[in-house]
Amino acid sequence: MLTMPAALRAAIIAHARADHPDEACGVIAGPAGSDRPERFIPMTNAERSPTFYRFDSMEQLRVWREMDERDEEPVVIYHSHTATEAYPSRTDIAYAMEPEAHYVLVSTRYCDEVEFRSFRIADGIVTEEEVRVAEDDPAGDRVPE
Amino acid sequence: MAIEVRIPTILRTYTDGAKSVEGSGDTLADVIADLDSRHGGLQERLVDDSGLRRFVNVYLNDEDVRFLGGLSAPVKDGDTITVLPAVAGGGL
Repeated sequence: MLTMPAALRAAIIAHARADHPDEACGVIAGPAGSDRPERFIPMTNAERSPTFYRFDSMEQLRVWREMDERDEEPVVIYHSHTATEAYPSRTDIAYAMEPEAHYVLVSTRYCDEVEFRSFRIADGIVTEEEVRVAEDDPAGDRVPE
Repeated sequence: MAIEVRIPTILRTYTDGAKSVEGSGDTLADVIADLDSRHGGLQERLVDDSGLRRFVNVYLNDEDVRFLGGLSAPVKDGDTITVLPAVAGGGL
């Protein structure tokens, strides 16, 4: 299961809508080992394509180093499909290289309907998981001090 | 001194879990061949018949090696090589 604050879900959808009809992509980083998405990092789609995405290689190096320095990892890797359903394509499965990440897919094919789904992709196997949205509390499920 | 090579999670099965390993050589191709002699199978994951695999990003210090000559990019002691799988996919 993926648990994420409502504001981050909204940020992913807003990015996907803004870049439509091209695919949008990005990362939500979180503390290593926490499984908690916290820091929204929209990425450039170097392909600028309605059917393909690829992180810009130099931007990826910078962002991955920054995560390393902050002891974070890519908890969520998201991208949009602009004409098809929010389900991993054969291309998505072939290039999925982060078995620990939640792969979030958004479809922008309908302007009045949101499709937002999350998957694990490991060794070519796709497993859908529940998405639980933590409303209004930016601290998520942390216990108040 | 040697050349530090930073290995992404997905390839650490070849390095007994190590995040970084050391290699030597005069070019990127040399270093990869040197690593493969101790971490068999790594070369196959990085290189194919046409050169560096398209969906593997390799950086020499702060630069993408594609801009430095790819496999023939010259390297020297003290350099850092970073390997990151490309993050890619798409609707078709």
